[in-house]
Amino acid sequence: MHVEVRGLTKKFGEFPAVNDVHFSIAKGQLIGLLGPSGGGKTSILRMLAGLETPDSGDIVFHGTRVNDLPPQEREIGFVFQNYALFKHMTVQGNIAFGLEVKKWPKNRIKERVAELIELTGLSGFEKRYPHQLSGGQRQRVAFARALAPEPQLLLLDEPFAAIDAKIRQELRAWLREMIDRLGITSIFVTHDQDEAIEVADEIMIINKGNLEQKGSPWDIYKNPETPFVAGFIGESTIVEDVSTLRGFEQAADWPGTKALIRPEYVEIGQANEFRLLSATETGRVRHLHFRGSEWLVEVDVGASRLVTYRSLEKEVLHPGEEIQVLVHRAYLFNDNDSWIMENRLKEDPMPVHI
Amino acid sequence: MSSTLQSRWWSWGFRSAVMLYFILLIVFPILGIYGYSLSAGLAAFTENITEPLAWKAVLLTVKLAFVSTMINVLIGTMAGWVLIRYRFPGRGLLNSLVDLPFALPTAVAGLMILLLLGPQSVVGQWAEQLGFSILFHQPAIVIAMVFVTFPFVIRAVQPLLEEMDGSEEEAAYTMGATKAKTFVRVILPAMLPGIASGAMLAFSRALAEFGAVVLVAGNIPGKTLIASVYIFGEIESDNITGATAVSVVLLTFSLLILWLVNYLQSRRKGV
Repeated sequence: MHVEVRGLTKKFGEFPAVNDVHFSIAKGQLIGLLGPSGGGKTSILRMLAGLETPDSGDIVFHGTRVNDLPPQEREIGFVFQNYALFKHMTVQGNIAFGLEVKKWPKNRIKERVAELIELTGLSGFEKRYPHQLSGGQRQRVAFARALAPEPQLLLLDEPFAAIDAKIRQELRAWLREMIDRLGITSIFVTHDQDEAIEVADEIMIINKGNLEQKGSPWDIYKNPETPFVAGFIGESTIVEDVSTLRGFEQAADWPGTKALIRPEYVEIGQANEFRLLSATETGRVRHLHFRGSEWLVEVDVGASRLVTYRSLEKEVLHPGEEIQVLVHRAYLFNDNDSWIMENRLKEDPMPVHI
Repeated sequence: MSSTLQSRWWSWGFRSAVMLYFILLIVFPILGIYGYSLSAGLAAFTENITEPLAWKAVLLTVKLAFVSTMINVLIGTMAGWVLIRYRFPGRGLLNSLVDLPFALPTAVAGLMILLLLGPQSVVGQWAEQLGFSILFHQPAIVIAMVFVTFPFVIRAVQPLLEEMDGSEEEAAYTMGATKAKTFVRVILPAMLPGIASGAMLAFSRALAEFGAVVLVAGNIPGKTLIASVYIFGEIESDNITGATAVSVVLLTFSLLILWLVNYLQSRRKGV
């Protein structure tokens, strides 16, 4: 189903939960609504479902405005954060509920339930009650139940929040595959950026009721459009005065501009590890943290402290040691604008034109 | 080692004390009544229980207790629903008032009904004009029973309603269920165990009610004489075996209900 939202606004009392949000979603896409808790993601999802009424704005499914349709008539499937399974019904009963309500013929209900049980790998658990299932199984029942009436749009509210980290990984991959196979337009809410990046075709970053940016995970990572997005996606440190860093002296032309530098923008090592030594400057190792698969290194460069990762394969650094630091780029922002600045010295200082 | 031994002695002591207390206070008296009622032989017991006034009293009690239970199931379920699901000024006060019938001496409850529904009162006069009387007739007994057993269903339903956070209903809506359908298929089944166990406790308590009923029932043998008042009368007229025979019937009823409630609750936990 093609989904279009225009000027969606919702206030809870004086608190603006959703603030003039516009977006459109193509059929068959899997969209992640990502943002900090309390930012309005769930409110958007609930308004799409018809469980919450917008103060203003239009919600359009397939070219038809559905604002005035109750949730019963929107042809959606909704997976709740706590799954909201019917406790007094078996797995089978839960999945069949939507079909019975829609008065499907008995034999078709039976077929459809069997099909979904097969699809979600719940064979053998048909007669169990929700409290006799593990978290992951419950999640799959909730998923099967939402899909049973063949909805046009699947909405998932923090679908993995209540599941152990290990199983979460499996379920993510499983969900991604399932949605690909069914080709159903889906929107899920999450506050976990790894989850959004891993699963979604496109991410919408929601903060304080505003849609900050919409785009593919790679796009958002590479070209953050707002300081919030830049800071929210990936890791980063803020540098107050970036013009003190070598290669970024030009930044002094924009007073009041701060820089955001990701660990992966920074390279460190002994002088012999760099090809372009002229672009580096000297720094001092402050702390080393072992992160399982690599070192997290804090480096002091002048008055700034930068953070970066270093491979375990490379020579081990020690706190207090003097090293060379190369900052590839920085994300600069001030109150009005934001842009990405590359290290000027990285271009060969003496280019040879042939 | 000595500490574990000590704690084992303590634990043994506590358990024995509680068991003894339980046996002295509950098990012995119950066995005593069963024993006494049968002490004159089975024939005497059946004679006592087939005495028309006796079985009429038991039958009347069961009938009226059933009616009052049904009323409480309806009103109690609604009241529990309203107290949990709606927010309005005075809700907290109302919620604490629910327990009043438990705290109030039942004789006071009887007196309240007596004053409120008597022939001189407004309600009594209305009823009189409509051609029936409440006080000293069966309606008064039902009202007394309803009042005394009012909290049971509410208090049994409330925790179950609190457990449901509304997302189950919303899930039903998104799957196309109307409000009515959602109530019947989702909410009511979730409340049912509470309603059932509350109803059974209310029924059991209504069977036993004495204080409130004796003041308002009129106690006409065969007409408005309920079992507990009958027992009182039999004791007053020195027919202890008659009293114990009816007591045994009531007691058996109560035990059965208690067992049923427990069974239902354990099944609920199992499911």
